[in-house]
Amino acid sequence: MAEVSVRKVVKAYEGNVQAVKGIDLEIADHEFVVLVGPSGCGKSTTLRMIAGLEEITSGEIAIGGTVVNDIPPRDRDIAMVFQNYALYPHMSVYENMAFGLTLRKFPKAEIAKRVNNAARILDIEPLLERKPKALSGGQRQRVAMGRAIVRDPKVFLFDEPLSNLDAKLRVQMRTEIKKVHQKVRTTTVYVTHDQVEAMTLADRVVVMNHGIIEQVGPPQELYHHPRTRFVAGFIGSPAMNFFPARMENGSGALRLNLPNGIVLPVPADRTARYQGAAGREVLFGIRPEHLTEPKNLERDNIAVFDVTPEVIEPMGMETLVHFWMQGAEICARIDPTTPAEPGVPMPLAADLNHMHVIDPESGMVL
Amino acid sequence: MVADGSHALGGMASRDRGRANAMQRFARRRSTIAFLMTLPLLAIIVGLVAYPAAYAIYLSTLNRRMTAFAGTLNFELLFESDTFWMVAFQSCFFAITAVVLKASIGFWLAHMLHHIPDKGQRKWRGMLLVPWVIPPALSTLGWWWMFDPSYSSINWLLAVISVPEVPWLGHHWWARIAIIMVNVWIGAPFFMIMYLAALKSVPEQLYEAAMIDGASSFQRLRYVTLPMMANIISITVLFSLIVTFANYDIVRVLTNGGPRDLTHVFASYAFQVGILSGNIPRGAAVSLFMFPILALCAFFVLRSVTRRNKEQM
Repeated sequence: MAEVSVRKVVKAYEGNVQAVKGIDLEIADHEFVVLVGPSGCGKSTTLRMIAGLEEITSGEIAIGGTVVNDIPPRDRDIAMVFQNYALYPHMSVYENMAFGLTLRKFPKAEIAKRVNNAARILDIEPLLERKPKALSGGQRQRVAMGRAIVRDPKVFLFDEPLSNLDAKLRVQMRTEIKKVHQKVRTTTVYVTHDQVEAMTLADRVVVMNHGIIEQVGPPQELYHHPRTRFVAGFIGSPAMNFFPARMENGSGALRLNLPNGIVLPVPADRTARYQGAAGREVLFGIRPEHLTEPKNLERDNIAVFDVTPEVIEPMGMETLVHFWMQGAEICARIDPTTPAEPGVPMPLAADLNHMHVIDPESGMVL
Repeated sequence: MVADGSHALGGMASRDRGRANAMQRFARRRSTIAFLMTLPLLAIIVGLVAYPAAYAIYLSTLNRRMTAFAGTLNFELLFESDTFWMVAFQSCFFAITAVVLKASIGFWLAHMLHHIPDKGQRKWRGMLLVPWVIPPALSTLGWWWMFDPSYSSINWLLAVISVPEVPWLGHHWWARIAIIMVNVWIGAPFFMIMYLAALKSVPEQLYEAAMIDGASSFQRLRYVTLPMMANIISITVLFSLIVTFANYDIVRVLTNGGPRDLTHVFASYAFQVGILSGNIPRGAAVSLFMFPILALCAFFVLRSVTRRNKEQM
């Protein structure tokens, strides 16, 4: 059993600067949880507190049911993969992977068995005698993972492990990490600032901002049902578009009035949900894929308007259209076969079945 | 004919042009420029190191009056002299003990300093560097007063804790220890500052990885700190060994080789024999004796540094 519980954990530094402001998180056995958020949101601090590398100011962390607040890292039965790999440069790959087991006085035969097994899983068998200097970034990353795997710990902790790799290798290693987790099924806590990594790897994503947890949930839930403006804007690439708007009540139906005169009828099935916002200023949010050419959308609940593209970005399987509206840069996603040119007006349709309405004061999605 | 002549002239002109181009290319080569820029340093090394060394070798092959070639006679006489072997022992004992102590104390101090927050660290670093900054002849004089048999402040302090009086400079073993103490006092800050810089360059994540791997603080020192500092430790020890072997001023000021020539090291003995006793060729032979020992040390140390560099950097 290796669930991880984080209960009301606070981390304050000198001058009462709080990096983590009382977070609660339950991670189930075998689960792959990704902490994601911008720099300084407290995700790495949280991970380091789980590892025991940072002291907890208040609160409680338990691993496998045991409170570990006062237990040093070496007795927490965890393994960690660092951003810059942290391989011992004077040791060979084999020695690096065997180091933790040697210190724990495992028999040599057992160490060899585990190291060779991990090397086979990670496809680094031919590299065992090399020093880290003679390895590429991707190979070093595999060795760092191997060092974690051989220990067979209760929990794997990953601290932005792919940040130092180039884009292509990052995608490749992401798949490797997922494969390894599917094989070993060890409870994993993974920290990244890259929301694509978070979405692709996680069973559940924890979005953090300013030392608090904004939302926890499976990637699809976070994408389709964000609870706050921050999550709505952070998850998804390109990011969700936001427009200031006013919710109006008229003849039994709600509608959103945009300052430039565009009127967006609120779908009937959402009327009850947004009724409380009637007569108030709100923030209207829509993802780029729900802002597309009219032919791609069903006829119900869409609003068509003309825009003048400023930049066209053909991506191959789709084309991104950037335009300005009410002082904000808006991004739409269209079919690559649809003709679009900068400066030439074109019709776009907003699929209001996927609209998000946000209370600008609380930042909560209504 | 005319045509032939003009061809010949044209050929010479093109050969000259070719030579001029080759000269220009030679002058512009990076290796040529590098050589020219290092020339002043090379001149200093030749003038202040190579020439005196060669001259010392030449002197060591002369007779006492420096009038005739004596071959290896000076060396043979030294090998037969008990005093010389005593000096050789004392030099090795002094250099090795002092370097080991300096390195150990410097390492300990560096570790202590490394764990003091940056703000307070600067103050301590400055204070601990003082012994290294004071001119050795001056600080040794201070120590000489503290060791003085009549007014020894150290003995006075020892008396406070009921320890009997120590004949610091009167007994040869105490005098040897006193010389080592002073050398360690002067030299340990150098090791401290070098090791502190090395400690700061060890990535913190290596320690964190080792902590998670299960290493105790001693194991982190053994398996992370020491291997990561191996090169700087080797180089500082080699450098200090060379300087300590050739040490002259501490012995000269503190004991002047006494009592009964039992605290001489190579340098002070070479001065004693060569200058004070007027046997320059024998003095040159004494001073040359250090060279093969240090050259051998340097060879092995630098070879291991190069090997580690190739593997790790």
